[in-house]
Amino acid sequence: MKTVQLLMLAVCLLCATSSPAVLAKEKLVVTGSSTVAPLVSEIARAYEARHPGARIDVQTGGSSRGIADARAGLADIGMVSRALKPDEADLLAATIARDGIAVILHANNPVQRLSDTQIAQIYTGAIRNWKDVGGRTAPITVIHKAEGRSTLELFLAYFKLAAERIKPSVVIGDNQQGIKTLAGNPDGIAYVSIGSAEVEAEAGTPIKLLPLAGIAPTTASVKDGRFPLSRPLNLVTRGTPTGLGKAFIDFARSKAVHHLVLEQAFVPVD
Amino acid sequence: MPEPGRARQLDRAATLAAWAAFAVVAGLFVWLLADVAWRGLGALSWEFLTEAPRRAGRAGGIGPIIVSTLLIVAVAMAVAAPLGLACALWLSEYARLSPRAGRTARASLDILAGMPSIVFGLFGNALFCVALGLGFSIVSGGLTLACMALPLLIRAVEQGLRAVPDDYRQAAAALGVSRWTITRQVLLPAAMPGLIAGLVLGIGRALAETAALIFTSGYVDRMPNSLMDSGRAMSVHVYDLAMNVPGGERHAYATALVLVGLLLTINGAAAGLGRWWLARSGVRP
Amino acid sequence: MSPSTRDRLATPLLATAAVVATAVLLLIVAFLLRESQPALEAVGLARFAFDPSWHPAAAAEAGHFNLMPMVAGSLLAALGAVLIAAPLGLLCAVFCADYAPRPLASTFRAVLHLLAGVPSVVYGLWGLVVLVPMIRALAPPGPSLLAASLILALMILPTVAVLADAALAAVPRELRQAAAALGLSRGRTVWSVVVPTARGGIAGGVLLAGGRAIGETLAVLMVCGNVVQVPDSVFDPVRTLTANIALEMAYATGDHRAALFVSGLALAAVVSLLVWAAQGLERSAAHA
Repeated sequence: MKTVQLLMLAVCLLCATSSPAVLAKEKLVVTGSSTVAPLVSEIARAYEARHPGARIDVQTGGSSRGIADARAGLADIGMVSRALKPDEADLLAATIARDGIAVILHANNPVQRLSDTQIAQIYTGAIRNWKDVGGRTAPITVIHKAEGRSTLELFLAYFKLAAERIKPSVVIGDNQQGIKTLAGNPDGIAYVSIGSAEVEAEAGTPIKLLPLAGIAPTTASVKDGRFPLSRPLNLVTRGTPTGLGKAFIDFARSKAVHHLVLEQAFVPVD
Repeated sequence: MPEPGRARQLDRAATLAAWAAFAVVAGLFVWLLADVAWRGLGALSWEFLTEAPRRAGRAGGIGPIIVSTLLIVAVAMAVAAPLGLACALWLSEYARLSPRAGRTARASLDILAGMPSIVFGLFGNALFCVALGLGFSIVSGGLTLACMALPLLIRAVEQGLRAVPDDYRQAAAALGVSRWTITRQVLLPAAMPGLIAGLVLGIGRALAETAALIFTSGYVDRMPNSLMDSGRAMSVHVYDLAMNVPGGERHAYATALVLVGLLLTINGAAAGLGRWWLARSGVRP
Repeated sequence: MSPSTRDRLATPLLATAAVVATAVLLLIVAFLLRESQPALEAVGLARFAFDPSWHPAAAAEAGHFNLMPMVAGSLLAALGAVLIAAPLGLLCAVFCADYAPRPLASTFRAVLHLLAGVPSVVYGLWGLVVLVPMIRALAPPGPSLLAASLILALMILPTVAVLADAALAAVPRELRQAAAALGLSRGRTVWSVVVPTARGGIAGGVLLAGGRAIGETLAVLMVCGNVVQVPDSVFDPVRTLTANIALEMAYATGDHRAALFVSGLALAAVVSLLVWAAQGLERSAAHA
């Protein structure tokens, strides 16, 4: 069968002419949170442009993968979208950005603000209808994040709620899923990253951000520390980073990439 | 036997049902495609197809990502097609001699078809990336996808082989033709439609797959230098832009459109290839 | 190489291919067992069925690990999907094979092949943005078992249709000709002669499609609502085992992570049961 032989020849040629990334003099593997990945990808691209010969491969798989891979040496750097836990003291964290968390409502919802107590009551099912907080007569669709996510844990900690007491109507994963679910549901309430919500609201998605404890939910108020609810985005390493790893982390924390951080709708740290 | 009037009514109902099904499914497809096109068409351009992504994919294009996708699918099919064809041949022609082995093989393939894509991704990562040392690479992604596409491919090819009447096999055997020659000259050409359907379904599955590729061929959106490089597939790019990158939705839909266009091209080429092969081997479809 | 040598070489080669294809499943099960080991030991099988809820924690004692509502979610969503997609897919295949004029049939076939290649996230997004608000108008909150089944049905329909189409094409021409010679109408030919002959292949297609429905992750995640509960109605949100793995794997550590792999094993067990039941049915139908 000549066709089969031709195909096999083509495959062999392809394998023979391609060579692995030994071309790059220095390679770095970064794995972890898919929230942080787009930002680190852009920072990596900027770094590679300034240092030809360096290669930084960014992979996703979640914050827990970032921790596990950094510990096991499968990755040089892990990306984690939260602060390190007490049992992760064997790792070093370098914060490259902060991400605020805001409660959002549908743009058509007449309710303009909610107190901390009201939000807590809504999420535990004590308040079930918008009319009880000054809105329409409609049952509240409570949109909640899935267990283990840092956004959820910070939310619970701030409102002093236990996970089992929450009565969600819908559970979501990523911020975008929460925003899209809310955009299609005028009676919903959700909490997502401030940056994502701001970008979407500006683009015309029918959502609005609620102030928390009187503080307006903007990236500015997160930056100067007034906004009470935010999480750090960290690069973690096992031990003090050296060589390319150290250079990259320093670059990621420098002013040179602040515009990249802002572009990704996060808050740069000084 | 129902009387003629009733029989005609049933007949008309059957025709109506068939046309209704067509209308519903075609309508849904048009709805879906129109929705994707409406959201993404504006971002399509020649630059979009050739440039590299910038600003986490919100600007620039998907050139390297298209290349990575094609390479991953090529690896997947290069592994799955011969393996699937051989397995289908064995199941169709030789498993009669050991029926229990045949049932076990079929059952395990059917169970394989039900495994979640994320489990394939984690498995592929553990086996190909870590244990076999291939790392996040196009090869790892392709091999993982091959595992996922196998059940579909084998089933489709088996269908095609079953289409060959037993008389052909018996006649050839009576003539003293070897089993392998029968397979090559008679069965394979006759199974071509099934093989094409299997390949198309397999390629479709491969292109549509996201979760498995995140953990195997990875997230790197650079132009790959070799099959051992990590490369982002189009489905992963669509997922990232839609779910992780604020403001990335338009490009997500544009990428989805390109993917559909790519699939159209590949399907058309596969069908054309099948027809050419059939014409070449002189078998009338 | 003499024909008999080729024959002797071909048989073991082909058998090896079958062994390799079978081995993939065994490898995956072995992998699942290895990763779920910590949870199987620390939590124990009983707790996966009888704990009060699903609120996992990294340490087994601190959490609850009841998988049963999610098993129900997976089964119900897939069942709904198959109930919708199987008849519809079969009708589409019959349409292509016997009712449509040739050019329409090939266009429609091309459309079905195309639908099979659309990424699951696109189906999920369409479902979230278009379908869920429509369901919400019927009964809040919108993301629900119904939404999951509908999206899954849309995703598996091409598989059913394409495989059923191949099965119908495999029916010998003589059968159709004989039916025509007997003066049977087209409807009768198709439904009383052709489809029953092809039922093995059609059933196989439905089984594979059902497997895909149980295993689908991303699209279901976006529209099912993800609330861990046994649903009272089709408008209630559910969480499937696959959506659970996808939702929590990114952040799970320790026993929680291992528990997610246990849910992968549970899925494999559920699918195995279904395949075994289907094979049993096939065998009894063959003897009937």
